[in-house]
Formats: sequence, structure tokens, C-alpha cells
Amino acid sequence: MTATVPNSKPIIEIKDLRKSYGDNHVLNGFNMVLYEGENLVIMGKSGSGKSVMIKCLVGLERPDSGSIMVMGKNISELNRSSLDELRTEIGFLFQGSALYDSMTVRENLEFPLRRHTKKFGVLKDTTALVMEALESVGLVHAINLMPAELSGGMKRRIALARTLILQPKVILYDEPTTGLDPITAKEILILMKSIQQKYNTSSLIITHDVDCARVISNRMILLVDGINYAEGTFAELSTSTDPKVQAFFK
Amino acid sequence: MMPMNAVFKIIGIIKSFLLEIGELSFFAGRFFRESFRRPMEFKEFLRQCYNMGNRSLLLVAVTGFIIGLVFTLQSRPTLQEFGAVSWMPSMVSISIIREIGPIITALICAGRIGSGIGAELGSMRVTEQIDAMEVSGTNPFKYLVVTRIMATTFMLPILVFFGDAISLFGSYLVENVKGHVSFLLYFNQVFNALEFGDLIPATIKTFFFGFAIGLVGCFKGYYCKKGTAGVGLAANSAVVFTSMLLFIIDFIAVFVTDIFYDL
Repeated sequence: MTATVPNSKPIIEIKDLRKSYGDNHVLNGFNMVLYEGENLVIMGKSGSGKSVMIKCLVGLERPDSGSIMVMGKNISELNRSSLDELRTEIGFLFQGSALYDSMTVRENLEFPLRRHTKKFGVLKDTTALVMEALESVGLVHAINLMPAELSGGMKRRIALARTLILQPKVILYDEPTTGLDPITAKEILILMKSIQQKYNTSSLIITHDVDCARVISNRMILLVDGINYAEGTFAELSTSTDPKVQAFFK
Repeated sequence: MMPMNAVFKIIGIIKSFLLEIGELSFFAGRFFRESFRRPMEFKEFLRQCYNMGNRSLLLVAVTGFIIGLVFTLQSRPTLQEFGAVSWMPSMVSISIIREIGPIITALICAGRIGSGIGAELGSMRVTEQIDAMEVSGTNPFKYLVVTRIMATTFMLPILVFFGDAISLFGSYLVENVKGHVSFLLYFNQVFNALEFGDLIPATIKTFFFGFAIGLVGCFKGYYCKKGTAGVGLAANSAVVFTSMLLFIIDFIAVFVTDIFYDL
């Protein structure tokens, strides 16, 4: 099953990605292309290797074999400083938000900003950039709060603002709606869509939430046993007669 | 005859201990490599110095004061028996400066600072904050580990000096009450008994103590296994491992100092 390839250039290309932990073969030759401006959803059961794949993509995990090209650069061939530079173009929204709990919301947002003088120059006052990012997620009033004072949905929004502040070209979402109530989850999805339109980013979304996939995806890949088992639009996959594909939509 | 299971268990424990020593050595090597790389994270280093130094002052002061009091109270009757009570300030100063002050302060800091670092970095690892730092293009090892190890290395000698001074003051109070010794006479005898040969090795070893506290705390926290239980284990094992390491360093320091004295 194949989907229509969007008419734009690839921003991320993964070829024959393999990763094992001892005898546990998590990824067995995974392939993927993410195009500019596209929302690609990767669905899979728990333990199917979704998170491992996304961690390989940003260099948090080292793959056993295969190639990962991000904006034309091979991740495994980059040295530390080149990788850090490339990482400013890749936003990552963690499942648990991963806000620095010893810092206020403002400091959380300033933290990555002050470290990338190549991209942003030496910033004396970051207020404008911080406020812009917080406005995008509708949480300007939370600027001086500590992460412990925020609700789950607010944490997710602030984490998204922290991702946006580096003005990335691509955003990776690891289970963006997991652990949220249906209303907050819907709000996050709307926010993700509006951000994509406003900043013209590409998005790679890892999820097992069918509603999330239906609302946000341009294209989907189903990850089964470490390989891309099926690929297509939500409409194509949800009407598939393949029992393994159907299992995701029941 | 020992059952085979027990033998395998002992071999397993030794093997895992040696593996841990090996991993800790690699971690220390990485610390030295990263220490000289830019950016220097000076602001975070100062923040850690403040956290570790300032917030440990009261604990070190109270403990040091009690040690000075108790040590003098316990030793006095014995010295009195031999008519050597006038040697009290000399004996107390040499014991505290050379050995008791550094090791007790280091053990207190291992409990307070080492476990704190283990728990803090452990919880950051478990909640993916370290990964978040990494993907935002910040080197978490440099920001979190290098600054903390440097802070413990430089703050422990200061805390030891402070603890020693408070201990001697505690000892003076006992001497003043029991033996009517004046402040000037007591501290005159204290400083007359001390030589640079007492101060320098004692000070040098406190840098190693501080380094060990920071290194083990960071190592245990940074490589904490998933889950809240892992955080508790990281904090606990940081204290146990550091305490053991402190005594080993102390033994080596005394041994080396002894060789220099013989020369």
C-alpha cells in the first residue's frame, strides 16, 4: 500500500534503519521520507519501535545500521557541534513535556535560545522572542510560573513553545496527546495544526491515538514488527481490509 | 566446602563492582575532556557552588562544633590521668586538621550533596529532561555534570576549613569551662602545634574528596535507570559508593603523606 508522494522536497529520509537491544530486534529495516510542509503520522503498538526510531532521528540513540538524512545531512556522520547546530532546526516535543523543573517557564524558553549564538546572535533581551512563543500557545500569563504549577495540558503547550522558540523547520511529536483528557487533547491538536500553518513547519507525529492521526495527518505509516507495514492517507488505511491494518482502527 | 552458587554469586558481585569502576573511570575521563571545551558554563558553576557551599554551612557547622566538644570531653580524662592535659590543644588541632575534620565533613557532604546530585540528575534522566537538553543543542554533560563536579571539588576544601575552625572553637569552649584556658592561650597552642606539613596534605586530599563526591553523585544520577525506584537507588548508591571511596582516598592520602614524612 503506498500513498501519493507530495510534490515537495524531502526534509527527512530514513533508509533501512535497524536497531537491536541484545536479542530484541526493535527496528528491522525501517524506511521513511518526510516532505517539506507535510504532517506524517507514524502509528504502532507500544514497543513497536516508534520512540526508538524518533530518538535515532535526533541522535539520542545510535542505530546499528541504515542511514538517516536530515536536511541533506547524514546524522551519524556529524560531529558534536554540527549535530547541535542541526538540532536547532529540529524541534522535539517529549511525551512527558520534559520541562526543566528547576526553572521558571521563562527560563525554560530562554535556555535553548541563549546557547545558539550562531543562529540568533548574542541576545541581550529575549523577552520579545519568549513572548511571541508564549502567545503562539496562548500562555503568556504563565511566564513566571514553575512547571510544578502547570496542568498537564499547559506543560505540553509550554514544551511546544520551547520547541518553537528555536524556529525549527521540522517538529517531532512523541505521543503529543497521551495522558491528556479528550478536550485538552483536541486543543493540542488544533494548536499543532495552527503552528504548522503559521510557521510552515513539517511534522513527524508518533502516536497510537487514532483521533490524533485522523485530525492531523496528511500521510500515515503503520509500524509493525520494526518495519513500515503499511503506508497511505488516513482514509486509505482506515478502509483497508488487511486485518493487521484494521486492528489499528477498531 | 562452599556451595558453587555462593562462589558464582561472589564472582558476580566482584565482576559488577569492577565493571562499575571501569564505567566510573570512563565517566571521569569524559569529565576531564569536557572541562576544557567551550562554553564554560561559568554561571551554572557559580550557582552550584552557592547551592552546595552555602546550603551545607549550617550542617557542617553544627557537626563540627559537636565533634570538637565531644572529642575534647572524651580525651580530657585520659590526658588528665597522665598529667598531660596541657597537650590538649595540640592534640585536638592535629587530629582535627589532619584527619577528623576532612573525613567527617566529606562524609556529611557525601550524604547531603552526593545524594542530592544523584536524585536530581536521576529524576532529570527519568523525566527526559536530560534528553530535552541534548536535543535542544545543549551539551547536558557539560551543563549538568562538569559544573557539579567542579563545584564539589572547589567547595569541599572551603567547607572543611570552616568545619575545622568551628570544631576547634567547640574544643576551646570545653577547655575554657573545664580548665579555665583563655582563648588566646588555647589558639596560640593550636597554631604552635600545626605545621605546613599538616595543612597541605590535609587540604590537597579534600579536593580529591570533593571530586569523588561530585563524580559518583553525577555518575549514579546521569545513568539512572528508568522509574522512580531508579532515582531512589541512584541517591542511595551514590552515598554508599562515595563513602567507601572516601575511605580509600583517605588511606591512599595518608600512605603517600607518610612516605613524604619519611623522606
